[in-house]
Amino acid sequence: MEFLSRLLTFLSDALVNIGAWFHGLLVGWGLGEPWLTLITGGIGALILAFFPLTVVVFMIWAYRKIAARMQGRLGPNSSGTWAGPYGILQTFADAIKMLVKEDVRPRGVDLVPYNLAPILVVFASMVLWAVVPFGPAVIGTDLSIGIFYVLAFSSAALIVFLMAGWSSNNKYAAVGAFRAVAQLIGYEIPQLLAVLAVVMVAGSLRMQDIVAQQDVAFLFQLPMTALIFFLASMAEINARPFELLEAESELVCGYFIEYGGMKFGMFYLAEFMNSTAVAAIFATLFLGGWRGPWVDQAPILGTVWFLLKMGLMIFLWMLIQITLPRLRIDQMLAFNWKFLVPLALANLCLVGLVNKGITEAFPGGVSAWTRAGLLLVANIVLFLATWAVVAAHERKAQQRRLAWEQAQVEGAEVSA
Amino acid sequence: MLEQFVFIGILLVVALSIPAVLLGLAWLLRPKRPNPRKSEIYECGLQPHGENWVQFKAQYYIFALVFLVFDVEAVFLFPWALAYNWLPFYAVLEGVIFVLLLAAALVYAWQKGALEWM
Repeated sequence: MEFLSRLLTFLSDALVNIGAWFHGLLVGWGLGEPWLTLITGGIGALILAFFPLTVVVFMIWAYRKIAARMQGRLGPNSSGTWAGPYGILQTFADAIKMLVKEDVRPRGVDLVPYNLAPILVVFASMVLWAVVPFGPAVIGTDLSIGIFYVLAFSSAALIVFLMAGWSSNNKYAAVGAFRAVAQLIGYEIPQLLAVLAVVMVAGSLRMQDIVAQQDVAFLFQLPMTALIFFLASMAEINARPFELLEAESELVCGYFIEYGGMKFGMFYLAEFMNSTAVAAIFATLFLGGWRGPWVDQAPILGTVWFLLKMGLMIFLWMLIQITLPRLRIDQMLAFNWKFLVPLALANLCLVGLVNKGITEAFPGGVSAWTRAGLLLVANIVLFLATWAVVAAHERKAQQRRLAWEQAQVEGAEVSA
Repeated sequence: MLEQFVFIGILLVVALSIPAVLLGLAWLLRPKRPNPRKSEIYECGLQPHGENWVQFKAQYYIFALVFLVFDVEAVFLFPWALAYNWLPFYAVLEGVIFVLLLAAALVYAWQKGALEWM
């Protein structure tokens, strides 16, 4: 009985306890300070780096299975060749296939950037996980500039796309790279401005502080910010409505068209890893991260809540990716510069003023729920205003279209 | 503080070496039989025509310039947002006016037609 209760205590905070046990083991071996940091840090880094890889292996399977179901196909399965129950081992088979494929390198490529790009694209999405809080005490390292670090490394992917596209000596790849620049730098701005609004309300760039501030999840306090961040991140990871960089039907494959075998595999992997990372960041910033019921008693539950929220966001990403058609390049740029950026600016000003106004209006302090309610009201006002502006614009466009059609008909009558 | 960045440094090395090891493994395992036909540049099955490193469309350059305005703005806004809780109301208002000034730049670019795709 005593053993059982001790086991339960251990399991209730399993990850931290395993870490403490391992640390104690190393100290017991008589290891000094630089080695202790290096070994624990190295093992932590390996776990953090392999976590997205493991998730992605099953995510690719789930994505193919869900996409197939939605399009009335079977997807990976074991009917032809055995690939595990429900074809779950298909991804491993694909990985082995890519490993032994010949690497066809076109003539005239710029060797250094061409070979460096597939490494750096995985690198850029792997290092994001250093600051993602998995639980109350489970985090790679709680940097004081956490979210800034994430933004910095996620925009580094852009340079890699340009390297890959430009060095491939291929026109499709070059066009894909140009589009990548236009799209990714454009959508970085609303993403930045949305994060700024969150930072203002949370009062910190540190990821654990942002989670700690969410007595009411920021999704309900700042729904417009969440929407802007979500749309901008969908473009940043080039999910389907904004998937102009690789547009199969126009550019065949975009910036990585000339890559084959394992190098192609790296780009494919990085795409899924980026969407996992964005799901994790969204869950941290807006869904309350690891916060949920009973986390005080059993901190391990925090990790479970976090993974569930992340899974929900990944599923949402798949749903949008599978069902929506692609935009045109001009539509995509116009959507960013003429809608998302002005909206993000308005949202930033509104959140800044309203949140400060609440603090000034209640000198004695105000409960988290009142503040959240007032912010929500402000957000609803902003949403209605946006709706009115877009509807007015749409009406005008409709009238212009009707007038133009009328003129066409009259012109035809005159010539007849 | 230093310990945190030591960890980041270790993670950077690990994250660089995992894809490098995978690619190295593929290099060891894969067949290498290049021939001139195989290493043609892919252009939907046709012979590649003309210079491959084409010129930039000038439009991209204009978008990059507009982007620069807002990217520099973000550099100034991050400290402002971080100090937000200690700022009095008028300081927040000043920040908002700064944002509106830059919004005017966006409106100007819009009016000039810099945001139209041609």
